[in-house]
Amino acid sequence: MSVAEPVTPGAAGASAAILVEKLNLWYGDFQALFDVDLRVRAGAITSLIGPSGCGKTTLLRSVNRINERLGYVRTTGSIRLWGLDVLDPSVELAQLRKQVGMVFQRPNPLPLSVRDNVLFGTRVHLPGGKSPTRAEAERIVEEALREVLLWDELKDSLDRRGTELSLEQQQKLCIARLLPVKPRLLLMDEPCSALDPAGTEAVEELIWKLRGDYTILIVTHNMAQARRASEECVFMLLGEMIEHSDTASMFLNPANEQTAAYIEGRYG
Amino acid sequence: MFEATAQNRRNRKVEGLFRLLFLWMTCMLILPVALVLGVLIVRGGPAISWEFLFSPPTNGMTAGGILPALVGTVWLVVVALIASVPVGVAAALYLSEYAPDNRLTRAINLAIINLAGVPSIVHALFGVGAFVIFFRFGTSILAASLTLAVMTLPVVIVATRESLQTVPLAFREACWNMGATRWQTIRKIVLPNSISGILTGVILEVSRTSGETAPIMFTGAAFFLPFLPQGVLDQTMAMSLHLFVISTQVPDVPEHMPFGVALVLISMVLAMNGISIAFRVYLRGRKKW
Repeated sequence: MSVAEPVTPGAAGASAAILVEKLNLWYGDFQALFDVDLRVRAGAITSLIGPSGCGKTTLLRSVNRINERLGYVRTTGSIRLWGLDVLDPSVELAQLRKQVGMVFQRPNPLPLSVRDNVLFGTRVHLPGGKSPTRAEAERIVEEALREVLLWDELKDSLDRRGTELSLEQQQKLCIARLLPVKPRLLLMDEPCSALDPAGTEAVEELIWKLRGDYTILIVTHNMAQARRASEECVFMLLGEMIEHSDTASMFLNPANEQTAAYIEGRYG
Repeated sequence: MFEATAQNRRNRKVEGLFRLLFLWMTCMLILPVALVLGVLIVRGGPAISWEFLFSPPTNGMTAGGILPALVGTVWLVVVALIASVPVGVAAALYLSEYAPDNRLTRAINLAIINLAGVPSIVHALFGVGAFVIFFRFGTSILAASLTLAVMTLPVVIVATRESLQTVPLAFREACWNMGATRWQTIRKIVLPNSISGILTGVILEVSRTSGETAPIMFTGAAFFLPFLPQGVLDQTMAMSLHLFVISTQVPDVPEHMPFGVALVLISMVLAMNGISIAFRVYLRGRKKW
């Protein structure tokens, strides 16, 4: 079974893009996640907040299984994406990562031209290492850059190295390069923390614009950002999921005392 | 409020003292190099001529030139490069890009470090046993070059791995997260951004072997052979062994000859180093991220 198959309507967890159940995760002897249950609504922006070391990045990195690169990671429980278990050994990681794009804390465009950055994913997933035709490539690049609001700025400099752009442009390019392979879920690990306030605002606006077309799970340290730029909010503490509600009510009316203490800034 | 106190003055004096000490040590380091080069140029310079470079030795190696040794050394280094680079680069790629951090990998790393510490005479005897006798290559350029290759393999691996490590992990992560395999990542991102460093590093390391004497003297280098080698199964003269021979084994060699041979040998190595370093600086200047 491949995760690329369309979701059968009415199947278990169909309205949830991500359904995490009883997820425990150990780095060697250190347990980083404890019985995490989480249901992420399809098409919404969900933010993961919590103090450093609370496991939010670990949870994020479990979803596309990039954690496993560290050989000493052990996981129990299940993570279902559109109803399909991604921890199943039969899952093809290349297909999983095609469906699940990831944006990092520090923008990491590849040392290639803007054009080749956008086309990288397409090329990786084409059979036999072929390249798309010229016209096809032009279309892919324009579409992706338009979607991240970079086309007007960069249409005349597609041959510039991605690494020479401003940080804000780099981060947008990193989002753009995920889009041509049509992912359904975008994971973002503090996508604005390396940017200046103007860049943060621009990237947040972009993320907000992408909601609906993509399910977005975003880790953030920035309380104001979670409040501004997410619809649902999950608070984690010491590897446990403490509270999950829509963003407005979490910030106005936290159900849990620890959540309240955290968002008021009593620890962090 | 800003005047120096006694303590400040004392500190400044100590500071100056250490600065001088370290500067002096650094100069001590350069001194031998400068002396060696100076002596070689002064005493070996007069020996250098077209005839010296481009004719074979004559009169029982007390006259004539060094052409067979010069050509032989080039053969030895080039064949050693061809043998060691593919293996070394492949091993470094495995260790840097694929190997999990486990006991086996650590054991391999330890083995590489230890291999780098094996004395060259031990490599020489290994070469005799393995290449000359077991594989029946006889005493030949092939056997000698393979011995040199085995000897330089650890440094080739280390140089390659260092070069691979200059490509930031973030690029690899970006690729893996887009579903690229390790090999796609290596081919599209890691190698294009490190190949220049790998090549220069490797050439630098292997060219240093042109001065090695022990590993080639039992495996392929001849005492006196006034012909140019025709293929890898021939024996050959080599600069390093020739220098040893005319300095210690042959009576009545005019004094300027060994100095001349040494000067040519060191110039070859320095030229290779120079090219390699210039290439590296040029490429580093071009690299931007």
